[in-house]
Amino acid sequence: MITQVENPIVEIHDLTVSYDKKPVLWDVDLSLPKGHLIGIIGPNGAGKSTLIKSVMGLIPNSSGYIKLFDQDLSKVRGRISYVPQRETVDWDFPASVIDVVLMGRYGKLGLFKRPRKADIEVAMDCLRKVDMEAFKDRQISQLSGGQQQRVFLARALAQQADLYFMDEPFAGVDAATEKTIIKLLREMTERGNTVIVVHHDLQSVPQYFDWVIMLNMRLVASGPTESTFTSEILQETYGGKLTLLSEVGNLLKQGRFPSREQTEVKN
Amino acid sequence: METFLDFFSFSDPNVRYVVLGSILITASSAIVGSFTFLKKKALVGDAVAHAVLPGVCLSFILYGEKNPLVLIIGAFTTGWIALTLIDFISSKSKIKEDTAIGLILSVFFGIGIFLLTIIQKSGNAAQSGLDQFLFGKAASLVGSDLITFGLVAVLLLVAVYLFFKEFTLISFDKDFAASVGLPIRAMELILTTLTVLAVVVGIQAVGVVLMAAMLITPAAAARFWTEKIKVMIWLAAIFGAFSGISGAYISYVAPSMPTGPWIVIVISSIAFFSFFFAPGRGIIQRLLTQKRIKKHIVDENILKALYQLGEEEKNFFDKRTIETILSKRTLRRDLLIKSLKRLKREGYLKHSDGLWFFTTEGKNKGQRVVKLHRLWEVYLIQYLRIAPDHVHDDADTIEHVLTPELEARLEKLLNYPSTDPHKSEIPYE
Repeated sequence: MITQVENPIVEIHDLTVSYDKKPVLWDVDLSLPKGHLIGIIGPNGAGKSTLIKSVMGLIPNSSGYIKLFDQDLSKVRGRISYVPQRETVDWDFPASVIDVVLMGRYGKLGLFKRPRKADIEVAMDCLRKVDMEAFKDRQISQLSGGQQQRVFLARALAQQADLYFMDEPFAGVDAATEKTIIKLLREMTERGNTVIVVHHDLQSVPQYFDWVIMLNMRLVASGPTESTFTSEILQETYGGKLTLLSEVGNLLKQGRFPSREQTEVKN
Repeated sequence: METFLDFFSFSDPNVRYVVLGSILITASSAIVGSFTFLKKKALVGDAVAHAVLPGVCLSFILYGEKNPLVLIIGAFTTGWIALTLIDFISSKSKIKEDTAIGLILSVFFGIGIFLLTIIQKSGNAAQSGLDQFLFGKAASLVGSDLITFGLVAVLLLVAVYLFFKEFTLISFDKDFAASVGLPIRAMELILTTLTVLAVVVGIQAVGVVLMAAMLITPAAAARFWTEKIKVMIWLAAIFGAFSGISGAYISYVAPSMPTGPWIVIVISSIAFFSFFFAPGRGIIQRLLTQKRIKKHIVDENILKALYQLGEEEKNFFDKRTIETILSKRTLRRDLLIKSLKRLKREGYLKHSDGLWFFTTEGKNKGQRVVKLHRLWEVYLIQYLRIAPDHVHDDADTIEHVLTPELEARLEKLLNYPSTDPHKSEIPYE
């Protein structure tokens, strides 16, 4: 059940990603439409974060290619924003809320340049959108989980991108923050932005997303929520790992085989 | 005292040079080291520091005399090789990073000592001073040495100034930095190069053995005092410079004494002082806060006991003996008396003829604690489905924690219940 679209904003072609030679995502092939709120769903270890990290070029692909806005990532970086998982950074870092949000401007600023007044104004504006204006000078070590997530979201907004990838923005946040975030994401998609979110709470899927990607080490389905988020496909996604696939993966790791023969030739 | 004045009047141009050199070197390694600290790479810094020794010795053997520029190049080369090897071993083999660091540090330092012994046995007259690289000698920072090392230190400062924004970002959130297109590899390469250079210039004053302390300790000490990265780096530089001056001074008054250990003792003392006395993050402040909270809890418990006594006898302003209070609340007698006196000072209790009784404020405060205790019990039973006989201990803690805002929310959420699970009345104002 993989729905391909015309003029996709994201096109992933035959993507395989491996950690230490062991494939964690096999042959993912999908295309995504513009202006949707898209959820990536699957059990633990399904490769959800891996998929967006690989799209952002943070981990190398074993095979396949990815096109964003029909171009290579390096040509369109300024139009893309990435929100890592909240736990990946040390929140005891000596920085204030506004410092972190300003980091969203660094891509536009380029090397050597310091944030200008205009950048600070953008950052303040973004803080306002996530209801964190009053916390501008607060040290990030003093924030709650939900506030940390809002700061990350404000940083992403400050990038003023067209396409957003967010890794578990709803993980460990309070109900008020979840509401603020989903409202914001909806506004963004209404303005024509595309937002792709790694999500783990199945219950809220039909309510939040209009397009879903179902993963479990391989692409199970990708398409509009009403036709794709069915009990049958859920069963296929969550119904246990394909043990044969995992074992082949382990063999690849032990034997140090390349996952594609031609990559050997290229090297 | 006389030497102290001699030194700090800076009338001797040599003293001026040595002090200037020491400050530049220690401050610049503290500044570069701030990022090593923030990236949690302290051990790597130590390994690099030890790994420059073979480079220093090799360049001396090949060049035949002690030329600062050649030494820097040699030290830089082996320092770099060591770093690359650590990265290579931890990413390409089953060996973890800490083991790789341990391996590389000892192998390189071992080779360094081996080469140093060969040079010492060779009887080369120009060798004099080479062993100072082990523990440092600030007094030798004169002439062309000072100019070369000073220039490298200035270069470090300029580089950190230029790349401040980028270094901060990769220290905080590397994945995000990569996602906005920051050339991560190049930035890491520059930062590593700066770290190696900081070590290379620092060894003149501190020596290879203790150089890691000069990179890490100033930043670690500074972190206790501030939550702002810029302030932290400035403080690290000042702490570093201060220990650098003290090293130069000891080198002046006791020329045979190595400066490295002296500098490290000074900077470590600053770090220990910060660890204990810094506001907010310091240990003493934390202990004081804990003590204050303990007192606060004892006080509230006594007011609670007095309120409960008042409830039982339907008279809140009756005078009570210490024994009566102790019958309601088991507590060490001396603590109770201290707390009673404190409550009297604060206007919650009055005292006459060895008897204690509430002021209106005291009664209200005791009533609030009782109310919070009972409200929390109701909350635990209704929302956490805990058995009524298991809620008391929990409520005993939480009654001291709840803020007025949470109190208001709790009242609203539970819709002002009139009694707690044990049928005791919940008192509202």
